[in-house]
This record gives sequence, C-alpha cells and structure tokens, in this order.
Amino acid sequence: MAHETHDTGHGGHGHVDHASLGEVHEHPTWHQYKWVALILTVITVVEVWVYYIPSFVASRLFVPALLIMSAVKFAIVVMFYMHLKYDHKLFRALFTGPLIIAIATMVVLLFLFGHLVIRAG
Amino acid sequence: MATAAAAPSLPHAGYTEPTGIWSWLTTVDHKRIGALYLWTSLTWFCVGGLEAVMIRAQLQGPNGRLVSAETYNQLFTMHGTTMVFLVIMPLSAAFFNLLIPLQIGARDVAFPRLNAFSYWVYLFGSLFMNASWLIRQAPDGGWFGYTPLTTLPFSQNLNIDFWMLGLQILGVSSLAAGFNFITTIINMRAPGMHFMRMPIFTWMAFIVQFLLVLAFPVITIALVFLQFDRFFGTTFYLTTAGGDPLLWQHLFWIFGHPEVYILILPAFGLVSEVLPTFSRKPLFGYPVMVYSGMLIAFLGFGVWAHHMFAVGMGPIADTLFAVTTMLIGIPTGVKIFNWIFTMWGGDLRFTVAMKFAIALVGLFTIGGISGVMHASPPADLQQTDTYFIVAHFHYVLFGGSMMGLFAGVYYYFPKLTGRLLSEKIGNWHFWLAFVGMNLTFMPMHWSGLVGMPRRTWVYDSGQGLEPFNLMSSIGAYIQAVSVIIFAYNVWVSRRRGGIAGNDPWGAPTLEWSIPSPPPDYNFAVVPTVTSRYPLWDRKSPELTREVPHTREGERAINVDIAGKHVGHVDHAIGNPPGGAVSSERIRTAKELGIPMPNPTIKPLFVALWMTLMFASLILIHKGKQPMAIAGIITFALAMTLTLYSWLLTPLEDEH
Amino acid sequence: MATTAVVGHGHPPTTTGLDHRKIAIWAFIGSECMLFTSLISTYLIYKGRSVNGPFPHEVCNPPQCPTVMQPILNIPVTSVSTFVLLMSSLAMVLALAAVENKDKPGWAGTGWWGRTLASSRVWLMATAILGATFLGFQAYEFTSFVHEGLTIRKNLFGSSFFTLTGFHGAHVTVGVLWLLTLFAIDVRRGLGPKDALLVDISALYWHFVDVVWIAIFTLVYLIR
Repeated sequence: MAHETHDTGHGGHGHVDHASLGEVHEHPTWHQYKWVALILTVITVVEVWVYYIPSFVASRLFVPALLIMSAVKFAIVVMFYMHLKYDHKLFRALFTGPLIIAIATMVVLLFLFGHLVIRAG
Repeated sequence: MATAAAAPSLPHAGYTEPTGIWSWLTTVDHKRIGALYLWTSLTWFCVGGLEAVMIRAQLQGPNGRLVSAETYNQLFTMHGTTMVFLVIMPLSAAFFNLLIPLQIGARDVAFPRLNAFSYWVYLFGSLFMNASWLIRQAPDGGWFGYTPLTTLPFSQNLNIDFWMLGLQILGVSSLAAGFNFITTIINMRAPGMHFMRMPIFTWMAFIVQFLLVLAFPVITIALVFLQFDRFFGTTFYLTTAGGDPLLWQHLFWIFGHPEVYILILPAFGLVSEVLPTFSRKPLFGYPVMVYSGMLIAFLGFGVWAHHMFAVGMGPIADTLFAVTTMLIGIPTGVKIFNWIFTMWGGDLRFTVAMKFAIALVGLFTIGGISGVMHASPPADLQQTDTYFIVAHFHYVLFGGSMMGLFAGVYYYFPKLTGRLLSEKIGNWHFWLAFVGMNLTFMPMHWSGLVGMPRRTWVYDSGQGLEPFNLMSSIGAYIQAVSVIIFAYNVWVSRRRGGIAGNDPWGAPTLEWSIPSPPPDYNFAVVPTVTSRYPLWDRKSPELTREVPHTREGERAINVDIAGKHVGHVDHAIGNPPGGAVSSERIRTAKELGIPMPNPTIKPLFVALWMTLMFASLILIHKGKQPMAIAGIITFALAMTLTLYSWLLTPLEDEH
Repeated sequence: MATTAVVGHGHPPTTTGLDHRKIAIWAFIGSECMLFTSLISTYLIYKGRSVNGPFPHEVCNPPQCPTVMQPILNIPVTSVSTFVLLMSSLAMVLALAAVENKDKPGWAGTGWWGRTLASSRVWLMATAILGATFLGFQAYEFTSFVHEGLTIRKNLFGSSFFTLTGFHGAHVTVGVLWLLTLFAIDVRRGLGPKDALLVDISALYWHFVDVVWIAIFTLVYLIR
C-alpha cells in the first residue's frame, strides 16, 4: 500500500492503492482527523453556549438551530469517522435507508401524540 | 414419480452423512438447520391448530361451556402467538435456510454458527413460552398484548410475563437471522448471479430480512417498557402517572404491520417459484415483482395506525393512514395479476404444490378485498373488533401464507429429503384443507358484519350467529383431518416416497442442479449463471428466449469484484449434470478440497444461557428477587463466556 | 479502510469484494437506528407529561414535589462527558489508523508524537479509558439523580430518561469490553494490517454509539 504520510500543510489526503482489488480508496490522515475533532468540539461549544442565552432559547430559532447543529455533527462523524463518504456505496444504502425510516417514524409519532402541530394560516 | 412398492434407496454419498443426535445439536449446515426449523414449526402448527379446534369447539353452539372464560383467553392468545411467531415465521425461516444459499449458488450462509444460534433461540424461546401451560398460566392478553390490560394492575399472574419474555427471546432469533441473510444475499452470490437474476423467492426473502431488522427493534422496546413496568415499577403505560396506553399500541403496530408483510412475502416468493415451473413459462413481469415487493416493504412502515382507527386519533391521522393503506393494495394487487399472466397460456401441470400455489392467489385476493374494506376508517369502525376482521386475516394468513408455505413444502420436500411426497395423499390434504379453510372463515364475514365481537368466549342464542359458528366449527374439524392426512403423507413418504433425483419438476433455478438431498458443500463447482433461469437455459432454451441473457454464444463470464475485473470463468453450471438419478458417486468435501465449517455446540449453549437469563426475570413475580438477580447474573456470565469462546474459535480449520 | 476480499483459501471471492462482517455491522447499525428511535421517540412523547417532579429543565414546586426542587439535568457536567465521548471517537479513529499502518514503520513521523500515533495499543486503551470515563460520568449522574429523588419509577421523565440513557450506557459498556479485548489481543499477538477489519468493525460500532449520544445530548439535555 503506497501511503503518503505526514502533514503536507494543506490538508492533503493520503492516497492508497489497493491494487489487488482495483479499489481506489482515500483515507484521512491525522491532519484531517484533527480538523474533524476540532469542528465537532466547536459545534458542541456553540450548542452549549446558546443554551445559556435566554433570548435565543425563547426564540423560534432555538430548536431548529440545535437540530441543525447536531445533525451536522452526526453527519460529520458518520461521513468521516465511519468513513461512509469514502467507502463502497452499499454501506451508504444500508445506513441511509433505515435512517430515513427511523426519522420518518419519529416525526409521525410526534405528530400523533400532539408534539408537532401544523399551524394552518 | 409413483411410489414404488419396494422402496428404492437414495444414491449413496461417498461418505456417510453424520447421524445421531449430537450431529444435529452441533450442526452449522444451513440445510440441516432448515430441516430443524421445518419439523419444529410443523409441530407447533399442530399445537396451534389444536388450540384453534378447542376454540371452535367452544363456539360451536351458543353458550358453550367446554372451557372457562380464562382458558378461552389463553387459547386464543396462544393460538395467535403460536401461529404468527412459532409457525409462519419459522416455516419461512426453514425455506430461507434451505433455499437461499442454493438459489444464489453459495455453499452456506455468511455466518453458519449464528444461523444455528437463531434456531436454538427459537426452540428454547418457544418451549419457554409454552411451559406456561404446565402451570395453567399461559399468556391471555391477546397476541398483541394491549395495555393497560397487560399491565400489572390488570394482569397480576405470570401469564403476561411468559408472553413478553418469550417474545423478547424469539426476537433475538429473528434479528440474528436477518443480519445473516442480508449479508449472505449481498455477498455470496455466484458469478453471473446479478440481483435481477435472483429467484423471486430469494428477492422476497431479502426484502423480508430488512423488514425484520427494522421492525423487531421497535417491539423490543415496547416489550422493554412493559417489562420495566411489570418488573421494576416504571410508569410507561400507567395512566395515573401520565403514561399513555396508546404508546404500546403505536409501538406494537409499528412493528406489527411490517410483521404481516414478513408473514406473507416468503409465501409470495414460494408461489413465484412454483407457478412458473408448473406453467412451463417464465414468471410474468419479473422486474415488477421485485419492485412491488420493495414498495410493499417500504410503504409497510407507513400504515401501522390503520390498526387503530377506533382509538380516536383524529381525522387527519385517520385519513393519512387510510390513504397509505389503500396505496399499498396496488403493488400487492399487481402481483396477483402477474401470477395469473404467468399461468395464462402455459403448459399447466396441477401437482399438489401447484394447487396450493393457485389457492394462495385466489384466497389471498379474497383476504385482500376485505383488507381494502378495512382501509376506510368509517367502514372500519363497523368492522373492527368483529369477526369480519378475523375473516380477513385468516384469509390472508391461512389462505395466503400457509397455502404458499404448503406449496413450498410439497415443492421442496424432494430437494430436502430426496423423496417426493405422495401426490395422491397430497390431493386429499389439499382439498380437505381448502374446503375446511373456506368453510371455517367465509361465514365469519357474515357473523362479523352482523356484529359478533372478537375474543368472546360465548355468544347467546337468538342473535342469528348459530349457523355461521356451526359452519366455522365443522370447517375447523375438517382442517384438523387435513393436517392429520398431511402428517401421514410426510411419514409415509419419508420411507417410501418416489426418488426425486436432482430435478423432479423440470424447474429452472440453481437448487435443482444438484443432488437431492444436496451434499453438505452444495456445489462441487461454484456455478456461473447466464440468466434468471439457468437450468432452462441449459435444458430447455426455447422457454427462455425472451429473458435477458449473458450474450448469445459467449462462453466466458467476466468476474468483477467491486467494479474491477479480476478474471473470468467458463460457462459451466455446478455439478455432474446428472439425469434423474445420478449414478455418479457424490464426492466428499475433502476429496473436492472444499473447506467446511466445523460443527460446534456453542451456539446451542449461548442460546440456552440467554433464554435462562430472560427466564430468571419471572422469579421477580414469584417474590424471589435475590434468586432472580442471581439467575440473571449467572446466566449472563455463562452466556458471555461461551460467546467469547465461540468468537475466538475460527469457523474452519486452517487451510 | 483496508477491505480485502476473501479470495483464495478454497473460498470463492465475495460478490462485492467486501468482507461479510463489515456488511453485517452496517446492517446491525441500521437496525439499531430503529431501536434508539423508539427510545428517543418515547422520551420526546412523554416530555412535559410527568405528573410530578423532579423535572429536567423546570423548577418543581409543591404539591408536585415535597419541597421546591431545581431542574435536575446538569448541562455543564454532561457537556464535559459529551466532549469525552467525542474525543473517544478520535482515539478510535487513530487506533484504526495505527493498526492499518503497522507494516510501515515511521509512517506517522519519527518523533515521540509520531511513535505515539503509530501505537495501536495506546489508542485502543485511550478509547476504552475515555469510554469508561463517560460511563463514570453517567454513573455519577444516575446516582446523584437518585439522591435528588429521581428514580426510574418516580415519574415518566425518570422512566424514559433512565431507560434511554441506560440502554445507551449498556451499549457503551459492550463497546468498552470489546476494545479491551482488542487491546488484550494486541498485547498477546499484536494487531496488524490483516486485523484491520476487526478493528474497523469495532470502530464502526463505537462511532455509532457516539452518534446516538449526539442525538440524545441535543434532544434530551439541550432542547427544553
């Protein structure tokens, strides 16, 4: 496996040739992992920070903002740490299918129990 | 195919198949595991049938007193639970096990020991749940276990404990099998076996595995909440604490609706194998059959609350679920038409398997029609909780699933055992089952619409219910006779049935290219597949002219892995192309250099410790908390240690 | 990462070129999505419906509580434990990289940090320790809640909260045991590129457990 190491200074990816399988597969280096960890930490800090801003908490942006931030963290961990971004498409299907069904089920349940209400007009 | 007076013997394997109970306890061979599932589930079928006969005997006339109300509750609960979880699902699992590797050209499943584990969990779980009969405290809350009836204040004895723990145990079996078969079907197909060349049975099985792994976690949690309420005093379903008993209903049916597709799709798959063979025609509309299966599964997750139209969800929820429910009738209906068009113009042979398959097509349609009637909430408010619903689901589950599964039994018994079931006896079985089934359940449409409620142990005279109930009960007795005849057929044919040979039916798919019963390694040479109907390509190419093929005249098939070309193989299918009975000695795996997994007792023990671990919880309600805790810890530890031993032992010897 | 087809050894190659176990673990993760969805949905359904306190975010006054009780969730402490779990995912990813590159000495550099990066044992143990630390925080949280009067049977909040976080904690526990097992194997016979798949699968499980916590932290702790 040819593998470029260390910090190239511009977030370069190591390039690996799995010649026996013809699988061209990039995998992140410590440099990229560092950035991922940093981004996750920053988002978490922001999440907790806004929790303590009463005017923001009271606003209608609070819940969507938190949902978006945690969704971004979720996606980053899945795509980079679980390297779904780089792996065979099969795994993407095996994960996103159930995820869609799960989220849809949760949303419908919340509607049915009155937690999500459609305000018409 | 007639049974010979002097029973001919099966072609000899070059080795003796291991016999004896130890070989069965340690087997990791998918065919043997399939056989275990088959015989165990047919046994439970008789038990569930007996429960049904007792129900019908009690209801034969007004004000029956054959059994008490409490016993009646246990009978209908166990009849439903048994038939759903201990019969139809495992019978389907028997076919998954037997057929999937053979149909895709594989030598076993992806995880043979996990496969064995699934079976043993099923066996021990089923025994545990039925052990409750011994103390006359069988589950009595209905197969669906609605709260608050099943909560502690309303069910103080052990009945519900057996039910919820039993189901929890059985769930593990299905989940494990789901992961196993998903991996097997994705990853172990022979060269040339593209997804759109897989037999429809394997497709339906594939879809069912996804339903299983996505639906069972939900009922697992629903049961966890009930267990915590009953054992640890939580308040999930307790109204006084603000809990909502409807939460149970939602969680149960989010599982329960995909579950009914789990129950029917394998039977649909079997019918899709049987009909083309006995019509001597390819299946009509193969791609549509695949896509409709996928659509049914996907939509199946969005219809669950149609079981709850009477609880007061409001007009918006009712309407949405009514619409999705009606929508799901479309892909289902499409399949019916495709089966009919498969038979149209075909060279039909009415074997017993064919009769059962055709019966599914007709009877499931009837059940589907009443189903669409329930899809309308206003109509359903009249139908729900009456015998009209009982009629519907027995038409789809008996007329549908069981008929399809029996078609599979008659069709595949020769492949599993090497001998054909008797057609003569089979015809008696079929006609008695068909007549009995219709006599039992057709009148229920009327008694339901006249207002007879479900789950009541008696009905009074003078309400116009007597004729319907009498007919239903007679029908049930006729069905019982048909089952006895079937049991006799099996018993007689095991010893004296006609020798099947590789391919008694002239079928098109890979499993018929190898001996019956197959050697433990299945395929001596991994087959290379040229179309959806590999055997017809070879033996009757005129039948598959319209079917997409590997290019005409092409001898070499490319082998691609993950998009990269790694080589090619010559046109060849499997094994010694034998005639009806191969006179060639079947060689052993060792002679052929095929590594086989080692048999092992560990899956059985992990299953046993796990069952006992769950079972220990029952002691909490016998007032023996310390013993319960001791039991849980001990068996959890035993399970973990055995599991470690299993995981650290390689599947095969070094080679 | 390094996925080798099961070629040779008398076995036909897998249809996709991928290992069975990797496909199985992703199917398992899909299934677990539904498991945690059921738990989280129940928590959200029962949010605000507890008849008596203590409550997660609001003060509880008599008669719902014997005396005035503060909101019981401790955001600062849980933020720390959340951070710990996030870092454990980083450690896990480094453990996998170390195993995959075992056959290339000096791949991460030659200094002390390069050598540390290259040690699979360091990162496997680090992941396990961080995971155990998270569990320690959970144990602290659970016991302090019980001490403040919130038990699993106290009210809907207690029931749904402890069940949800308890299931998550159980999953973390299994993960920690798994990692310690890998560590032990590494000590005994060493883990190299040929074992990358084993570590990859444990990593996928571990990251998934982390991802579930991301959801729980937001939906249970932060959203009021």
